[in-house]
Amino acid sequence: MADFEPKIVAFVCNWCTYAGADLTGTSRIKYAPNVKIIRFPCTGRIDFMLLMKSFANGADGIIVSGCHPNDCHYTSGNFHARRRWMVFRDLAEFMGIDVNRVCFSWVSAAEGAKWAEIVNTFTDEVRKRGPYKEYIDLAKMEHKNVIL
Amino acid sequence: MKIGLYPGCSLKGSSREYNESVNALANAFDITLEEVPDWNCCGATAAHNLNHELSLSLPARILALAEQAGMEMLVIPCAACYSRLTIVQYELNQDEELKKKVSEIIEMPYLGNIKILNVIQFIQQFILEKLPAKIKQPFNYKVACYYGCLLVRPHGILKFDRPEDPLTMDEAMKAVGADSIDWAFKVECCGAGMSVARTDVVGKLSGSIMKDAVDRGAEAIIVACPMCHSNLDMRRPDINKALSEKITTPVLYITQALGLAVGIDPKTLGLHRHFVPVNLPKKEIQTQMEVK
Amino acid sequence: MARIGVFVCHCGENISATVDCEKVASVASGFPGVAYSTSYKYMCSDPGQNLVKDAIKEYKLDGVVVAACSPRMHEPTFRRATAEAGLNPYLCEMANLREHCSWVHDKVEATTNKAIDTVRTLVEKVKRNTPLHPIRVPVTKTALVIGGGVAGIQAALDIANTGHKVIMVERDPSIGGHMSQLSETFPTLDCSQCILTPRMVEIAQHPNITLYTYAEIESLEGFIGNFKVKIRKKSKSIDEKACTGCGLCSTKCPTKKISSEFEQHLGKRPAIYVPFPQAVPNKPVIDKENCTYYLKGKCRICEKVCPTKAIRFDQPDEILEVEIGAVVVATGFDVKETDFFPEYGYGKYKDVITGLQFERIASASGPTQGMIRRPSDGEIPKTVVFIKCAGSRDPAKGIEYCSKICCMYTAKHAMLYKHKVHDGNAFVFYMDIRAGGKNYEEFVRRAITEDGAQYIRGRVSKVYEKNGKLIVSGADTLLGSMPVEIEADLVVLATASVASKGAEELAQKLHISYDSYKFFSEAHPKLKPVETNTGGIFLAGACQAPKDIPESVAMASGAAVKVAVLFSNDELTREPIVAEVNRIAPPMYSTCVGCFMCQPVCPYQAIEREQIKDRSGNLIKELARINPGLCQGCGTCVALCRSKSIDLHGYTNNQVLAEVVALLND
Repeated sequence: MADFEPKIVAFVCNWCTYAGADLTGTSRIKYAPNVKIIRFPCTGRIDFMLLMKSFANGADGIIVSGCHPNDCHYTSGNFHARRRWMVFRDLAEFMGIDVNRVCFSWVSAAEGAKWAEIVNTFTDEVRKRGPYKEYIDLAKMEHKNVIL
Repeated sequence: MKIGLYPGCSLKGSSREYNESVNALANAFDITLEEVPDWNCCGATAAHNLNHELSLSLPARILALAEQAGMEMLVIPCAACYSRLTIVQYELNQDEELKKKVSEIIEMPYLGNIKILNVIQFIQQFILEKLPAKIKQPFNYKVACYYGCLLVRPHGILKFDRPEDPLTMDEAMKAVGADSIDWAFKVECCGAGMSVARTDVVGKLSGSIMKDAVDRGAEAIIVACPMCHSNLDMRRPDINKALSEKITTPVLYITQALGLAVGIDPKTLGLHRHFVPVNLPKKEIQTQMEVK
Repeated sequence: MARIGVFVCHCGENISATVDCEKVASVASGFPGVAYSTSYKYMCSDPGQNLVKDAIKEYKLDGVVVAACSPRMHEPTFRRATAEAGLNPYLCEMANLREHCSWVHDKVEATTNKAIDTVRTLVEKVKRNTPLHPIRVPVTKTALVIGGGVAGIQAALDIANTGHKVIMVERDPSIGGHMSQLSETFPTLDCSQCILTPRMVEIAQHPNITLYTYAEIESLEGFIGNFKVKIRKKSKSIDEKACTGCGLCSTKCPTKKISSEFEQHLGKRPAIYVPFPQAVPNKPVIDKENCTYYLKGKCRICEKVCPTKAIRFDQPDEILEVEIGAVVVATGFDVKETDFFPEYGYGKYKDVITGLQFERIASASGPTQGMIRRPSDGEIPKTVVFIKCAGSRDPAKGIEYCSKICCMYTAKHAMLYKHKVHDGNAFVFYMDIRAGGKNYEEFVRRAITEDGAQYIRGRVSKVYEKNGKLIVSGADTLLGSMPVEIEADLVVLATASVASKGAEELAQKLHISYDSYKFFSEAHPKLKPVETNTGGIFLAGACQAPKDIPESVAMASGAAVKVAVLFSNDELTREPIVAEVNRIAPPMYSTCVGCFMCQPVCPYQAIEREQIKDRSGNLIKELARINPGLCQGCGTCVALCRSKSIDLHGYTNNQVLAEVVALLND
């Protein structure tokens, strides 16, 4: 696919990764524009159903990123996120979801370069995998603009 | 229960009296120690300095043979052999891949579950309790128990006694009536392998050890290692040279000292093989009335 | 129908160089719910902010999206402006077009498209924002200070001097802590007790301070501004009101040879005792574990001789319950004993002592009346070896950190020794000399050049006894690791400072964090050194990490100010980004089923059990309730709730889902 540009959503925590991404900006390190960030107070806030909703709405890849273990601003939110991911990943794989399209990472407020690297590497990977149409086909329904 | 014995090269050669006394002491307590069949050299210092795989395989083969012979416990009187085999068993139990590799090298199955005992642990487990009943002649001398470097270090792996001021040999000697002194050189280096290449260094280091013991009134040094014995006994001339003094204090293996206490004759214990004559003055057994 | 205002900032050229701001504003004006959309060069400037304010008023906006730099930069700025225009500030959000967009991408169409997507996302979020109001929590203006050492004393005095009440709890019979055990303090060589005891007396006499000694914390409940503490006043067996502190009981007590904790076991005390002459309060306690009456039922001599009949053998422990608003933890530190060191004798040599024991020997009121005498035979040592870094900086001993004070106090000890034993030899074995404070380096220099302390760079591998001397075997690395052997009369080990006994249990009672060494954790190592992660609980002194007196005092004053700030209002206001468990009409009351899986995951113990009762007081059900005073807004409970009964204000489920959908669909 020559012109395929993947759509990637990034769920990041305010205190570490969001700040780290700010640092990437301040340092003017360039990365691919495919990744768009949604801000959360903590990765612990992330309900992993959001990942499913993202795929259902046409996301080709997802990044979840927070503070390094032991550095969570709220002490333990990232531990819960990590545990949820471990369980969710097994379940998603079992259901046939391509979990390689989800990147779970720890980026601290000081790791501006790391954020850029993660974005670029992951965007390349997703680009190679192509658009993620399978999920929408699997779900067999159109979920556009459905809001609770 | 089958208790194995790994004598190692020294006990069959230059330190054969240690082997003789270990077996004699065991027999006196109705314990049969069976030598590991077809045992090989443990590798000592040479192997682990030159080739890691060799240093693992040599001890592993001995342990594998012992396992195959159905031995649940393995007594290793030589401190160096004890150190090598225990450390190798520990290292292989941490790393399954390495264990498999070594098993292939020695062409034998290796489990790593045999219980290794040094000579003091052997005494603690099988002899100490029955000792008081069997004492014929209390070893009532002032003794300095010299542990050397390999019995208690590395503490994290061997987990035996205290690494700086060990007490287990002292306790065993106290059980046969000895006055085991508190002294400062219990675990200091004797010069070890320098015995051949730099005998003068051995003279100096072992000399410091002897001097402290003698200064504190020791009438005998008790050891549990053939290297310690060799440096303190066979290299006495070099010690005397380094100290400019003639020291006549004998060096006994713990098994020899305990053997004497339970009435085994000196010849069976191999005391005649020592370089420094073991002339311990006869002490009258003091009765309650004499001690006023 | 929503009326959102979109304000796209050029940020000079920072955004406009790569993003077509006009286009973004123009496309945004077509988004459903957007009533006004514009772009401007510098939104954060005065005119920029006025643009927002005027637009709110003119277009009757009910939501604002400022598409500019990172919200971490200017969210407060624009929220303030929004509030000034009369709109709830939490109806204003920022879209990050700079750090996350213009600064990291090239000037291509994709970049502008990303900017448009980002703005659309935030518009959808703001549509679902609800006005939030700062949470108000009442404040009890009484502070609790745990620990009566110099840090606790400083904090208590500072808080009391602002006019607020302070309760001080100290577990020893007297306040003063380790500072009262010191002989002289560096770098001034002030007499420690001389500078401390006036403060101790001030504590006892201050009208705003209530002092409980021989007391410990039993439990702590509640939250910032609203704590309830239970204090256990251990029975002293003395009626403190009747006791005049005459000391006759101690003089007449027949059990005189109990090892004194204050003297670091170099001296003795009786069973009924005051730990030291300048103790505050100067009233004795009975050591029940060593008193003949408590052990065997006999004696009672103290009771007979007491002129005011103040002895109360049957006095029980007393539990007090007090309401307080803030806590300052100042529980100090301990030092490792000599038995921790196998290479220095496992503690069996009487003349191998710790630095703190040397302080008692050097102290004029100590067991040797200030004469430097060694513990074994009372002789004056002619050669003293000081060994620094005993245990500290040593991964093999499990203590990796530096204990900070030892370089200074060892130099001090060497000086004090030389001042009293002019012809003595003081050797100091060191790895480094850490003298970073004011006048500290000069102090150490003095010890070497003026007082003749001999510093040897190297470690000591062994200390043993021979012929009444202690043989110290070390190395001199500046001479090429040359072995050095010194025959010493006394060896002083600068042993590692460690967390004080019972620190872990106390931290768990207070719900504060602590590290692997049991030192209490500060909220941020750089910017919040006196706060903990638990609101309303502050730290002062060595309980947080080893430190010297000036630092402990400074930190204590810092903690006191934090308390004063807390107490400066009758009510506390907090950011309303908190979670809430839904409440609906009876008979359901809530979709919450009361499983309380949320409770253990909250790092702030903010989730409570609310009992829903009927009019007769019968319990209908227990529901989870989040205490808005404690909740910090992490949202872990929100994601965890299986019935989705909890939501996070500012990041609601609806908002977040809307963001996802808006981001992916143009």
